Amino acid sequence: MQLTVWTYEGPPHIGALRVATAMQGVHYVLHAPQGDTYADLLFTMIERRDARPPVTYTTFQARDLGSDTAQLYKNAAAEAYERYRPEAMLVGASCTAELIQDDPGGLARALGLPVPVVPLELPAYQRKETWGAAETFYHLVRALAGPNAPPPGTPRPARDPARRPRANLLGATALGFRHRDDVAEVRRLLDSLGVEVSVTAPLGARPADLARLGEADFNVVLYPEIAGTAARWLERTFAQPYTRTVPIGVGATRDFLAEVAGLAEVDPAPALADGETRVRLPWWSRSIDSTYLTGKRVFIFGDATHAVAAARVAQDEMGFAVVGLGTYAREQAREVRAAAERYGVEALITDDYLDVEAKVAELQPELVLGTQMERHIAKRLGIACAVISAPVHVQDFPARTAPQMGFEGANVLFDTWVHPLMMGLEEHLLAMFREDFEFRDEARGSHLSGQGHAAPPVDAPPAPVSVAAPANDVAWTREAESELHKIPFFVRGKARRNTERFAAEQGLAQITVETLYDAKAHFGR
Amino acid sequence: MTGAVAATRPGGGEGCTEPAVRHDPGQRAVFCGLTGIVWLHRKIQDAFFLVVGSRTCAHLIQSAAGVMIFAEPRFATAIIEERDLAGLADMNEELDRVVTRLLERRPDIKLLFLVGSCPSEVIKLDLKRASERLATRFAPGVRVLNYSGSGIETTFTQGEDACLASLVPTLADDPAGAPPSLLVVGALADVVEDQLARLFDQMGLRRFGFLPARRSEAMPAVGPGTRFLLAQPYLGDTARALEARGAVHLPAPFPLGAEGTTLWLKAAADAFAVPSANFEAATVLGRQRAERAIARYRDRLAGRRVMFFPDSQLEVPLARFLAREIGMQPVEVATPYLHRRHLAAELDLLPDGTVLSEAPDVDRQLDRCREARPDLTVCGLGLANPLEAEGLSTKWSIELLFTPLQGYDQAADLVDLFARPLVRRAALKV
Repeated sequence: MQLTVWTYEGPPHIGALRVATAMQGVHYVLHAPQGDTYADLLFTMIERRDARPPVTYTTFQARDLGSDTAQLYKNAAAEAYERYRPEAMLVGASCTAELIQDDPGGLARALGLPVPVVPLELPAYQRKETWGAAETFYHLVRALAGPNAPPPGTPRPARDPARRPRANLLGATALGFRHRDDVAEVRRLLDSLGVEVSVTAPLGARPADLARLGEADFNVVLYPEIAGTAARWLERTFAQPYTRTVPIGVGATRDFLAEVAGLAEVDPAPALADGETRVRLPWWSRSIDSTYLTGKRVFIFGDATHAVAAARVAQDEMGFAVVGLGTYAREQAREVRAAAERYGVEALITDDYLDVEAKVAELQPELVLGTQMERHIAKRLGIACAVISAPVHVQDFPARTAPQMGFEGANVLFDTWVHPLMMGLEEHLLAMFREDFEFRDEARGSHLSGQGHAAPPVDAPPAPVSVAAPANDVAWTREAESELHKIPFFVRGKARRNTERFAAEQGLAQITVETLYDAKAHFGR
Repeated sequence: MTGAVAATRPGGGEGCTEPAVRHDPGQRAVFCGLTGIVWLHRKIQDAFFLVVGSRTCAHLIQSAAGVMIFAEPRFATAIIEERDLAGLADMNEELDRVVTRLLERRPDIKLLFLVGSCPSEVIKLDLKRASERLATRFAPGVRVLNYSGSGIETTFTQGEDACLASLVPTLADDPAGAPPSLLVVGALADVVEDQLARLFDQMGLRRFGFLPARRSEAMPAVGPGTRFLLAQPYLGDTARALEARGAVHLPAPFPLGAEGTTLWLKAAADAFAVPSANFEAATVLGRQRAERAIARYRDRLAGRRVMFFPDSQLEVPLARFLAREIGMQPVEVATPYLHRRHLAAELDLLPDGTVLSEAPDVDRQLDRCREARPDLTVCGLGLANPLEAEGLSTKWSIELLFTPLQGYDQAADLVDLFARPLVRRAALKV
């Protein structure tokens, strides 16, 4: 049993629902009790979709358990087919129905529906949402593209040079973090290389589109967590290579263009040149007003793809210092550990929100790049934060196009990450004139609020919770404590921690003003 | 689907004729009882709700709560994992470990609810025994109770019913020979509770209490001298448990709108023999304020057609309020469960021919909705945006649980919730 306050991922059938909802002409018949229908609101409220997700829940009740829940499933599946006339049907169970073992796959097959029926086995007590999406996409691809597969071992015929190279764009789903916008931006990248997009899936695809996935020359995997399993099967079955680089950040986008150019056998130079006319991050980062970003300590947490990409952008393209890196996706722990090693930090692999909170409290970073959960942690701890990854909230679906990927995505990252930070000179003024009666601890950047220096109230007063405070038996003198309060609040936690560590290392029983400045000199950056 | 059955209003005013109710069972789109935790955990300030369930349960509560409104909520989920099901871990030991960790983190918690879910019910995990075991271990600092919020047994607001029913046996005995006391049952916003307390005071009632109280040690006593008013229409089990302790239910419409609030207060006044002059003096100002506030909306809303999808069980009282005080026309009033006894006074007041339906099939009700094209549709969050996109104005009903609506001084807020979607639609020029 796992104690969970907030969960980073839903159960695996939510992943299946994200795939079904992303597509056209697919219907999912889910054996589930009525409470599971909450999933509809993820799509209609958080993503503001204008249609119900394509799912029928059997909504069995306690009294049905004694009779025939299997018949209930068959009726629901038959009625759903009659009403929605899907081109392919997904069938499966949620956590509760998994326990009653009705075999939705077998029951649906017995109906003899005239469309492909894809059974999903998604073990709800072992696996989670992202895995569920990957598994669902893989089974759909296999069921629909499989019949068009060449005999095993058939080499890929050479592309007719008269035809433009063709790629599939794989991995974008409903309820994804900026998937809609990433697809638009990556299409533009491919277009600048002269590569045609054959099928985009699951987002916007119909079952018939999945059937012709094998026609492309290669696959572009946007989100390896979701499309990786399907891409590997397509490589085995159709000898289609797939991309390994995820184009988040300027460097990664250039690498991506080079990788795609290699697969498409085209010259990347024109596409790179086109990118240079669009990308502003490099100059925005080099312009002198960005000097104050140098070495800002940043903690990064999210799904593996976004977290690893964010670390590279933070260090190499923004000039931040990565002080923590982690993911809730245990399946991709290895990639994140490898990346963490490059930045000299220990990877935090956990899906326990409380562990992440304790880590942020311990590290006292100046910026948190995380999910909606870390946004709350950061808010509680008074640390600036930008969201870089799912799980998502309604505000992660902006009306404007705001990709994370490609050159425009890099521009978006610069804006979104810098925005929560104090502006350069403002930070200096706060440090110099700490005692000004109009400067208060809660003072935020003047660009962040229409209320002058008053911070807008945060969501709720923090509850009395013991957040892993470092054990501390060194006493602060009153003078030192008051000197500490002259340090701006957003670095005060770090100053306190460093001073206490310094005092402990020096074997001091008391922290004086001198100790505070000795520690500052010792750790000074 | 032509099975429409017009409900006929009971003729003799006796309130004993069964209303005609459409029966069209099928797939439902309703939250389960776990959702009640979203408001209950704020109401009882030293209580913690631990759901024993699956990742779906955790995801549901977090999503229904609008995704993390509160950084540190007083609820959590003990997620059952494969090793628990496979018998590799002793589930009771696991639960004890989880509860111990939780209570160490939250020393401020005095009352812990173990909340059953669909999976815990299906595998027949005995949470009653677990709560007794844990209660012994953590006594006297923490009390441990249990109830089920599972979706195979409860819908949405029924979770509050199950929670309060589990509290009833733990309430102190009202001392023998104590004068009769009034108990208001059902979670209300603190501001509403305070207003009602002032009204009772002005009516001359001296002994009254609220269930649930804001803190676990302040729960009211109950006994044969207790007369209770239900503040919410979904408290069947709680009422039964109170009756088992000798308390007497005061039938009344629910305190929504000026008329509902007056009739509800009057039921208490009559039971405690409050002189009618005192009742009038205590209520006249509030009633007039509410009537004036409501009147401002009547032009905009009168004659508009409203349809209810089954959601909160507040549908019948709301339809009564909108029909009688605002002049709206209920097209179809669907509710997840129609508690005929507790709703008897409400059903008497509904306009003739109001179509009621109990837990209807969601797809077929949507068909009826598209055909009827009501001016306003009251429905759950999953349906609202899709219907808006089809050009139908909606009021999403979870807001009806999260907004203080009961009593005179909330009557305007109540009607405003229904007016705003129409005002907005008229205001937008894009």
